Amino acid sequence: MQPLSADDVRHIALLSRLDLSDTEVEEMRSQLTDVLQRFQSLSEVPTDGVEPTGHSTNAHTITRADLPTGSLPRDQVVANAPDHDGEFLRVRPILE
Amino acid sequence: MAASGGNGSQPLLASARDARSSLAAGELSSVELTRLVLERIGKVGQKTHAFLAVTPEPAMRMAETADRRLQGDGPPPGPLTGIPVMVKDNISTAGIPTTAGSRILEGYVPPYDATVVELLRSAGAVIVGKGNLDEFAMGSSNENSAYGPVRNPWDTGRVPGGSSGGAAAGVAAGECFIALGSDTGGSIRQPAALCGVVGMKPTYGLVSRYGLIAFASSLDQIGPLARNVLDCADVLNVIAQPDARDSTSVRGLVEDYTDGIDAGVEGMRLGMPREYLAEGMEPGVRSAFEKAAEALESLGATVEETSLPLTGHALAVYYIIAPSEASANLARYDGFKYGYSSPGAANSWEAMDNSRGNGFGPEVKRRIILGAYALSAGYYDAYYKKAQQVRTLIRQEFQEAFERYDALIMPTSPTVAFKLGARTGDPLAMYLSDVCTIPANIAGLPGISVPAGFSGNLPVGLQILGPQFGDDKILRVAYAYEQASGWRLMHPDI
Repeated sequence: MQPLSADDVRHIALLSRLDLSDTEVEEMRSQLTDVLQRFQSLSEVPTDGVEPTGHSTNAHTITRADLPTGSLPRDQVVANAPDHDGEFLRVRPILE
Repeated sequence: MAASGGNGSQPLLASARDARSSLAAGELSSVELTRLVLERIGKVGQKTHAFLAVTPEPAMRMAETADRRLQGDGPPPGPLTGIPVMVKDNISTAGIPTTAGSRILEGYVPPYDATVVELLRSAGAVIVGKGNLDEFAMGSSNENSAYGPVRNPWDTGRVPGGSSGGAAAGVAAGECFIALGSDTGGSIRQPAALCGVVGMKPTYGLVSRYGLIAFASSLDQIGPLARNVLDCADVLNVIAQPDARDSTSVRGLVEDYTDGIDAGVEGMRLGMPREYLAEGMEPGVRSAFEKAAEALESLGATVEETSLPLTGHALAVYYIIAPSEASANLARYDGFKYGYSSPGAANSWEAMDNSRGNGFGPEVKRRIILGAYALSAGYYDAYYKKAQQVRTLIRQEFQEAFERYDALIMPTSPTVAFKLGARTGDPLAMYLSDVCTIPANIAGLPGISVPAGFSGNLPVGLQILGPQFGDDKILRVAYAYEQASGWRLMHPDI
């Protein structure tokens, strides 16, 4: 396994929309390199032809009846937003 | 730290069943009981920090309603009617702040109840507050709470375990009779073991996750913490209901989990997988476990050493799958819809980066990065897909074991409660705290931890795992051991 580079961590942080300081980047690089090193043992397990498990109980897709039901009241939902005008959430510019 | 025997002097350390009998006999009302519990929280809460929020007003209203119901006004009362309970703060409670232990959800008030909270309310339980936890349930010591750690009632210099540390400490310290926790990799069972109480993770799917703030959806499961096994079964009877709002929820095979709980272990076959006793096992934990195994044998069970060779890979499988799912589940926290928003950003991207960067704590950020890395192009096959394939093999290994055994037994945690700060600088050492509990989540199995004595002055837990939907079997084994051992009568002096 290649050790993680600081640029790897920065790239993943960008994809995850996570602002990290240089100290955090370095700390994560070193800690996650140790963690991934430890996980290398997985490559020793033969898994050719083994189906991956996404859900442990093998539940099939369960569908509910397609009936309209109520939704949460808008005022209660909007009330939780850091910035709103009572009707809509207000966000900062997306396109500049 | 001395432990007290018996519970005569301390009604708040009785079981929920005993408290319920006092209510039924008219010895005290739910209002009085709830007031006693609130006083107790006021007294020991500063030492344990088990609660993130205490809610006396709604609690007293619920207690008044319960009292009316106990007097025949309203639907017939059940085992939880009038009983003070705590709900872990990653379970949504309408009108009561729910933070998941994170700064990013500071001030968030859910507009709806989780299904389990609805069920508790209809059962007449009295919710007294919200339990402290590791941020988003990510941690094994409760030190990752953005609002400060919980302390172990047996030794306040030590951690209670995590992530349901508040739930376990609260039950142990008499701040509630019962608590609801969540268990993604051991977050109910490990703190239950470290605080000397009973904690159960039901089979995946048995309890609805609707309203549980998602960490790793294929592993998360809600379950009870209580002072004894019967109380756990009573809670399970209330919360194990199929729910159309959680498409992974299913109907169990058992109508009443207290039915046959006292049937004993005579003739039951119990396997002891030797791999669980290997890595980093503390000698005092090992000897307590061996005594518990002997006790089960003397009660008539066949106890046999066995091997589950893939056990050593479970930790890696978990710490790839859980962070991967977390990195997706936590994408919803953008600083716009609810909770913390970083001020002063020039545009929405910057606002998101900064809100998440400042709003999440170090462990959560570490797992988001680890998960996003494992899912990213070029690494997906080597990490995520590989982990899911090994997950299949671990499930199969358990399935084969349960053809030979009714249940498996092992310690819940390789060590007793450790000192605050002992593992915070080393994520890998912290991750190893969950080494005995993680496999059950990977395979979706039910697991329970019951008090099994002490190493030094600190509690040790016996873990019992069963086949999927064999929740009644593990309750039966746990109950038999508990009744024979008497550890349930030990309480911390706090």
